[in-house]
Amino acid sequence: MTSGAIDIGALQGSPQRRRRESLILRAFQLAAALSVLISAGIVFSLLGEAIVFLSNVDLSQLFAGGWYPRRGEFGIATIVTGTMVVTLVGMVVAAPLGLAAAVYLSEYAKPRVRRTVKPILEILAGIPSVVIGFFALTWISPEVIQRFFNDASAFNMAAAGLGVGILVTPLVASVAEDALRSVPQALREASVGMGARKRTTTLQIVLPAAVSGIVAAFIIGMSRAIGETMVVAIAAGGTGGSAFTVDPTGPGQTMTAAMTALAVGSDQVRGTDGTFQSLFFVGLLLFFITLTLNILSERFVRRVRQKY
Amino acid sequence: MASRAGSLTASDLVAASLHGRKRDIGGGIFQALLILALFVSLLVLLVLLYDVISGGISVFSERGADFLRGRLSIVTAATAGVGQGIFGTLLLTVIVVLVAFPLGIAAAIYLEEFAEDTRFNRFINVNIRNLAGVPSIVYGLLGLAIFVKLLAEFTGGRTALAGGLTLAVLVLPIVIITSAEALRAVPHSIREAGYGVGATRWEVIRSHVLPSAAPGILTGTVLSLSRAIGETAPLLLVGAVTGFLASGGASLYEQLYGGYTALPVVIFRWASLPSQDFRALTSAAIIVLLALTLTANALAIILRNRYERKW
Amino acid sequence: MKAMDAGTLTEPREGLHARPHIEVEVQQQSERQLPSRDVVFSIRDLSVYYGGFKAVRNVSLDIFQNQITALIGPSGCGKTTMIRCLNRMNDLIENARVDGEVLYHGVNLYDKRVDAVEVRRRIGMVFQRPNPFPKSIYDNITFGPKIAGFKGNMDELVEQSLQKAALWDEVKDRLKESAWSLSGGQQQRLCIARCVAVQPDVILMDEPCSALDPIATARVEDLMQDLKSEYSIVIVTHNMQQAARVSEMTAFFTAEVQEDQDRRTGVLVEYDKTEQIFTNPSDERTENYVTGRFG
Repeated sequence: MTSGAIDIGALQGSPQRRRRESLILRAFQLAAALSVLISAGIVFSLLGEAIVFLSNVDLSQLFAGGWYPRRGEFGIATIVTGTMVVTLVGMVVAAPLGLAAAVYLSEYAKPRVRRTVKPILEILAGIPSVVIGFFALTWISPEVIQRFFNDASAFNMAAAGLGVGILVTPLVASVAEDALRSVPQALREASVGMGARKRTTTLQIVLPAAVSGIVAAFIIGMSRAIGETMVVAIAAGGTGGSAFTVDPTGPGQTMTAAMTALAVGSDQVRGTDGTFQSLFFVGLLLFFITLTLNILSERFVRRVRQKY
Repeated sequence: MASRAGSLTASDLVAASLHGRKRDIGGGIFQALLILALFVSLLVLLVLLYDVISGGISVFSERGADFLRGRLSIVTAATAGVGQGIFGTLLLTVIVVLVAFPLGIAAAIYLEEFAEDTRFNRFINVNIRNLAGVPSIVYGLLGLAIFVKLLAEFTGGRTALAGGLTLAVLVLPIVIITSAEALRAVPHSIREAGYGVGATRWEVIRSHVLPSAAPGILTGTVLSLSRAIGETAPLLLVGAVTGFLASGGASLYEQLYGGYTALPVVIFRWASLPSQDFRALTSAAIIVLLALTLTANALAIILRNRYERKW
Repeated sequence: MKAMDAGTLTEPREGLHARPHIEVEVQQQSERQLPSRDVVFSIRDLSVYYGGFKAVRNVSLDIFQNQITALIGPSGCGKTTMIRCLNRMNDLIENARVDGEVLYHGVNLYDKRVDAVEVRRRIGMVFQRPNPFPKSIYDNITFGPKIAGFKGNMDELVEQSLQKAALWDEVKDRLKESAWSLSGGQQQRLCIARCVAVQPDVILMDEPCSALDPIATARVEDLMQDLKSEYSIVIVTHNMQQAARVSEMTAFFTAEVQEDQDRRTGVLVEYDKTEQIFTNPSDERTENYVTGRFG
């Protein structure tokens, strides 16, 4: 190539190589696009049957009476309230425990302690929910709930709520810890440099700076608690249905547990007209509630990222 | 803080003010509270493990391997076992590995290595994050509507294949997100080095990015596998058998297109039986399930710690 | 040379006469003294944008065969952006856009028909920080030739390449060891060997010594002198002494404030023989820079 110029063909590369490259790109693109298909599949499969349900059922039925789908009683308010009770109990446990664990791990723990404690939290997070459900029914309910509330029944929403709380705590801790650790070190140094104590720095500088992320952690935890199924299905009782109740010491039913109750026992979903479709209606409701919460928490997380 | 016989020197005063603050009792209490919170979480884990092991260990000592081989039953506790549950869980796991891992890793490669910052690609990203937050039982409905009903021709309805595909879809977003994180952690300089000697994108990915990201990807996939092993709710909806399961067919085809059950489903069913005998069986089955999932988790954590690379 | 690209070359190019006339006085001064060598790159009115931000504005210069050409200037003057245009490394940066032409032996590298991968095979690059692959020394060298479809004796090629990079004697007994076990200077020479192994025509070096100590720097500089008989070398450096030591030609860039933007845009101030640039620059800004009054 010492003579001045070359042909453009010399720089066109191998067409075969280029073809292979674009083929691979297409294949990978397809794999990524599949996720959109899955979302569409979720929405359409839920929506289709839910619409059938709504057109078959008198809307006034949704807000009256209990939830006994096999008898044609579709009091949505009952299971939504049940979900709220369980979630509330769960968050009463998970929010303080998760946040405290996050603060300790991020602000106080020495690296060595962190390295041991974090995996243990991860193991806790990895315990299948069906196991927590069994634990809630056989240990939490008799050893904790019934000890404090003598007239509590063996199946009760409080035990299920505590179980859900245990399940959600590691998640809250992990998201909150990420938020705390993203607070720039310079802020802590500035505070300590003025003679503030560690506790003052943590409470008055670090926590306020990370507040968006902590809110996000709570919202994610709540979303997870609302969607949690097995703990409630096992420990909260009300397998056949439930009357409207807000008493955590008694049995009750959540949206998720109501869905499994429809599927279990017979290996087939059956019942009066609309029973099968009610499953999808509840699913749709659940999907939108959790989606809203997830989008909301994403907003908060992004706010932290933008700030620092 | 000692002062010598009335005469305070300047350095004494400084020393006094430097050491002399009262001990920070409030701070100590605060820290103790934090540790207490952490301790409670860890204590729960211990109590849970103790409760389950003490409840289930007798089954192993009395029946041993017979329990691991035994068939699903909700009537006779003396002969019931988790054999079919273990087999079903392994079968489902294989389907998840074969379907979700290649698709998930491919999608992650596309998003991290190929995708430009277009509106559509941003949408895919957001979409995947949202999918990861969808409750698992909703995936059960998806499986019921799509794999069991719509694609019944292909899956045979309430079969192991339909169950496996449902779980694969469930863990797909997790596989994508963790793999994408692992790919993102590979420093850009490695890619530039590859391009610098005239490699195409795929050549750079295959030869340099993927090998460097492999431990991270492996960790993520193993974690998602552990999630799939423990999932119950979606399987209930797509028709995992909870009562009695005729022995599956002999061939793999018959297994795939036959009825099935899974370990967590068995646990759920037994847990809702009032009999005390089944309570012990439930604990024993949980021990088996925890052995599977915790092994997977521990493996993932060890992998991550060992191969965690400082670039 | 039958199918010269009529779209990108409107007139036959003879040496240096077909330049756009942006910095007229600089060019006229240069043309008197520039050597009549073969031109490797002929950069015509090149501007580079990152999104809406103009990183480099209207650069025109010729780079000659078997010489070392240095691009110098203060940080933010666009010299790294420039060098990354020469093998289309900028393609990898999202939103990067190029106006103007980079003629490589008469072919516009930004012609639609040109394959960036093939361009990088012929025009290799050595980066600021040594970036060997996390593999063995041997595999670092062989990766490029393998993907380019090299069919000859690989062991020989590895030895040759390492010898050209003056690294053979130090590593010949441990070719299977990880490249990351080498020192920084050795790693950078391995990167040069890796680059040489694909038998490129040009080697681009983007501040190759900025992460090295003075001794390792000296070795790399010696190596460049050895390599220039076979390759054309373009080097970006923020170290003026280095440019003065190693290069024949020097282009001085600076950053200019644009009226319509709050960020600074790189412009070419002066391009000439290195000796000229450092002893008798024609532009006041160059003089200020090389005498250390600014930058």
